Amino acid sequence: MENSLFNKKSRISDKILNILIQFSTLISVSLLVVIIGYICIRGIPCFRFDYLINTTSILKNTVGILPNIINTIYIILLTLIIAGPIGIGGAIYLNEYATNKKIVEIISFTTEVLAGIPSIIYGLFGMLFFGNLFNLSYSILTGALTLSIMVLPIISRNTQVALEAVPKSYREAALGIGATKWYMIRTVLLPSAIPGVLTGVILAMGRIVAESAALLFTAGSVSALPINIFSHIFSSGGTLTIQLYLEMAKAHYEVAFVIALVLIIIVLALNFIAKWISQKFDVNKVG
Amino acid sequence: MDIKIQAKHLNLFYGTKHALKDVDLDIKKNAITAFIGPSGCGKSTFLKTLNRMNDYVKNVKITGEVTLDKENIYDSRVDTTILRKKVGMVFQQPNPFPMSIYDNVAYGPRIHGIKNKKQLDDIVERSLKAAALYDEVADRLHTSALGLSGGQQQRLCIARCLAVEPEVILLDEPTSALDPISTLKIEELLMELKQKYTIAIVTHNMQQASRIADYTAFFLVGEMVEYGKTNDVFSMPKDKRTEDYITGRFG
Repeated sequence: MENSLFNKKSRISDKILNILIQFSTLISVSLLVVIIGYICIRGIPCFRFDYLINTTSILKNTVGILPNIINTIYIILLTLIIAGPIGIGGAIYLNEYATNKKIVEIISFTTEVLAGIPSIIYGLFGMLFFGNLFNLSYSILTGALTLSIMVLPIISRNTQVALEAVPKSYREAALGIGATKWYMIRTVLLPSAIPGVLTGVILAMGRIVAESAALLFTAGSVSALPINIFSHIFSSGGTLTIQLYLEMAKAHYEVAFVIALVLIIIVLALNFIAKWISQKFDVNKVG
Repeated sequence: MDIKIQAKHLNLFYGTKHALKDVDLDIKKNAITAFIGPSGCGKSTFLKTLNRMNDYVKNVKITGEVTLDKENIYDSRVDTTILRKKVGMVFQQPNPFPMSIYDNVAYGPRIHGIKNKKQLDDIVERSLKAAALYDEVADRLHTSALGLSGGQQQRLCIARCLAVEPEVILLDEPTSALDPISTLKIEELLMELKQKYTIAIVTHNMQQASRIADYTAFFLVGEMVEYGKTNDVFSMPKDKRTEDYITGRFG
């Protein structure tokens, strides 16, 4: 009965491979769980609501990270305000208007290289270029400008990919009915590309929240509440990651773990928001 | 009968490829003109020259003239937005925008500056009725057009085209992606629309051409081989190549 369908061979190599794959998956998942778990275990017992609404002050004998939370928000918003329009606009230009494909390729390649440069180099450049040359010294603006250069590739690359994914037939339909190119981009391309564009923006936010090396010598490390909402961007301000670094350097592990906890919550929240937004704004789904 | 569109000595090159060779063709007003021929014969390319959709293809060079009501559409002073308002196009694959049915139909009128809600409502209703789709979608105008069947989507694309009140409708194999019943509906629709519009249709389906077209042009490797009343072309072709093609000897 050699021909029988029931002559099932057990294929050892398949089984081994299967086990190896499962094992790799297990390792990657458990690493994440262990890290988050460890931070929660160390962070939650130290966590006091006080931390979130106070400034660290020797005079008042308080410990708090409110200024760092505020600075982080400032840096995120300011960076996105600067890098968002430039990144998205640049991507639209490269994808829709640029006619010299050779130059587009060179620019795309440069952008990718830009994304791989160690962030401390951005810090060095930002400090000398924005801080010294433009005389912005240590300030949130210097930090945001520096990070803008850093996240520009993320935003523009994601926008480009999203634009490329819009079916050619949408363009034809819009142009064929008399839309100008810009009208077509505005009403058909961008709405279709929004999930991709937003993914880029949120990835950029993640990068901004996580950054420390590029900020240490640009935004600085001052931990004080804003005196004036607007002029705060011209003063030095340390983000959560910078504060985390400073606390670790002083061996204040309690506060360090609380900051780590807050950071992890922010990053997780950003990821969930990203998922939610890209589903909500997905025009290509029916219903 | 009046001539609506006239191509004179039209040549088109994709890079070095000579895709249309000295085509002369008159498209008559309020009639259906079909372009037939095997794949790659230039029939779609020719159709696209009629509303300048080839502008977006790289390395295209066009010589000769295409006139719409005696105005050369390749003149440098031509506003392609106005040209495409007058000469609309329906594509091979139904390509509704990822928007509501209503917004799809209102897209064209909005380009041309109509913002008034009441006016848009009227246009949308009228266009959907003209495309024989209104009854099927009246209760879900504000749901996504992507939820419609292929045949409905194609009629929606026709409605979108009609909404800007064109004078000419170009259709590039509009039924090749559709089932026979949807195809029949669209053919009936076109027969009706020709009262008001001038229609040019590319089809690979010779039965379709013989069913609906008043005039038929046969293309072969970039050349317009034969053109005449559909009956004449199919019953007594003048050119041997036309005869070979319509009797199914190649293609």
